[in-house]
Amino acid sequence: MKIKTVTEKVMNTVFFACGIVAIACVVIITGYMLYAGLPAIFKIGPAKFLFGTEWASTAAEPKFGILPFILTSVYGTAGATLIGVPIGLLTAVFLSKVAPKKLANAVRPAVELLAGIPSVVYGLIGMMVLVPFVAKTFNLANGTSLFAAILVLAVMILPSIINVSETALNAVPPEYEEASLALGATKMETIFKVSIPAAKSGIAAGVVLGIGRAIGEAMAVMMVAGNVANMPELFTSVTFLTTAVSKEMSYSAGLQREALFSIALVLFCFIMLINFLLNALLKHKKGGR
Amino acid sequence: MLQNDRSPRRRLRDNLLRGAICVAAATTVLLLVSLIGYIFMRGLPYISWELLSTSPSALRGTIGILPNILNTFYMILLALIIVLPLGIGAAVYLNEYATNRRFVAIIEFATETLAGIPSIIYGLFGMLFFCQFLGLQVSLRSGALTLVIMILPTIIRTTQESLKTVPESYREGALGLGATKWTMIRTIILPSSLDGIVTGCILAIGRIVGESAALIFTAGIGAVIAGNIFQAMSRSGGTLSVALYVYVFERGKFDVGFAIASILMLLVFGINLLAKFAKRRLSR
Repeated sequence: MKIKTVTEKVMNTVFFACGIVAIACVVIITGYMLYAGLPAIFKIGPAKFLFGTEWASTAAEPKFGILPFILTSVYGTAGATLIGVPIGLLTAVFLSKVAPKKLANAVRPAVELLAGIPSVVYGLIGMMVLVPFVAKTFNLANGTSLFAAILVLAVMILPSIINVSETALNAVPPEYEEASLALGATKMETIFKVSIPAAKSGIAAGVVLGIGRAIGEAMAVMMVAGNVANMPELFTSVTFLTTAVSKEMSYSAGLQREALFSIALVLFCFIMLINFLLNALLKHKKGGR
Repeated sequence: MLQNDRSPRRRLRDNLLRGAICVAAATTVLLLVSLIGYIFMRGLPYISWELLSTSPSALRGTIGILPNILNTFYMILLALIIVLPLGIGAAVYLNEYATNRRFVAIIEFATETLAGIPSIIYGLFGMLFFCQFLGLQVSLRSGALTLVIMILPTIIRTTQESLKTVPESYREGALGLGATKWTMIRTIILPSSLDGIVTGCILAIGRIVGESAALIFTAGIGAVIAGNIFQAMSRSGGTLSVALYVYVFERGKFDVGFAIASILMLLVFGINLLAKFAKRRLSR
């Protein structure tokens, strides 16, 4: 009897320990990012670091301005969202409302496969097909550009947008749509004026999830964006926050290395912001139903 | 009759919207088909027995990916061995033990946060924490530990989902017969949620196979076959995805890159099929 109660207590503690592992990980990661990232920001000066337009980490007189990276990440993500959201949302509408069940069941695995393709494979295709194509179409000497990165990212965020939006559209109560149809609205009017507005917080969650994916993507972007610390323009080689870190990490030292951790910290802040937004949206959805 | 009431403009708009929807869906499918087609076209011809069964040799100038295949396999094995008890334990705690709802909400928020952190951040964190702070160096075990944090949310979520489907009457029955809570979990709850756990494993394997950014700085790019699995753990070792990146981006070996990409795609196919199969069993 006694052994039994001891086992119970031990298991209780073990499960509790497992339960708090996730919290511990978040705390430790956040702590480490701050610990590794903050010193360089203050050594360089927060304003100089965040709003400096020149990055020359290995120059004799090094400059550490990451505004080009921040803007590239923001523009790149915005561009990918601009292209990915319409295609993704309409595909979700197709799967949820328009396609016959059999066709939808045939298309859905395609979306899942798209989600499963490793980012290096996207990078490879981008590098071998898209970059030469961009160079040829727009008459550039070099196709590695923000534009190529935007296209790759747009494809990569499609699955997140489609999956989450489709779930949201499926959850719209059929009464809403039936009422709209009964009032004489056409199927399309019903979809765009009733179903989509009713599912908007779920769709927004899908979009935010996609934004998070795009801003955090490193490898695929690394292979197509050219990795030059230019201020972003559509057809120049650019560096994202993610690639700024991964490009120099292997050979960095001293303040340069610390500055790379600071870049990661900035990226981390972006991601945390997006996470909070996502959480708020999903909670809103749960509360609304 | 209703049809006649519609003005031509309204009908035109309807058709345009329907057209846009179909075009979008067709774009998605076409993208996938052409991506896969292109990879296989460029990659399959270069998959040879020699490529699959040898190590790269600078002496003969040949490239083999056997070390990378083994590393991928070791990585999956090690990461799963560590993450499964943790993830299942956390899910059991959330579903069976926790009583404080606010605490549960905090854990779930932490889990979602982990799921949203990009792999490059995990890579940096793993490098700082596992490789340097804990002194594990750039090695398979550092990589695996980094992956553990990354796939923990997946395992927790899928396990939790299947725990929720275990009928309340099973629990009451077990407890009513005098079983203690741990006995009930061990003999009733966990066996009935096995399918969800398996689904979680399959999804996690998919993540591990495709991961590169988190592993480059933690597990490195080593391509030497170690004597046994324990030696391999403490050495640098690149998985297939990492090898693809290195061969293509740093060494310009595009054919090898496409060959590895084809293998990765075949793996992704297999993993997707398995996941579907497991899910179907889960819902039955």
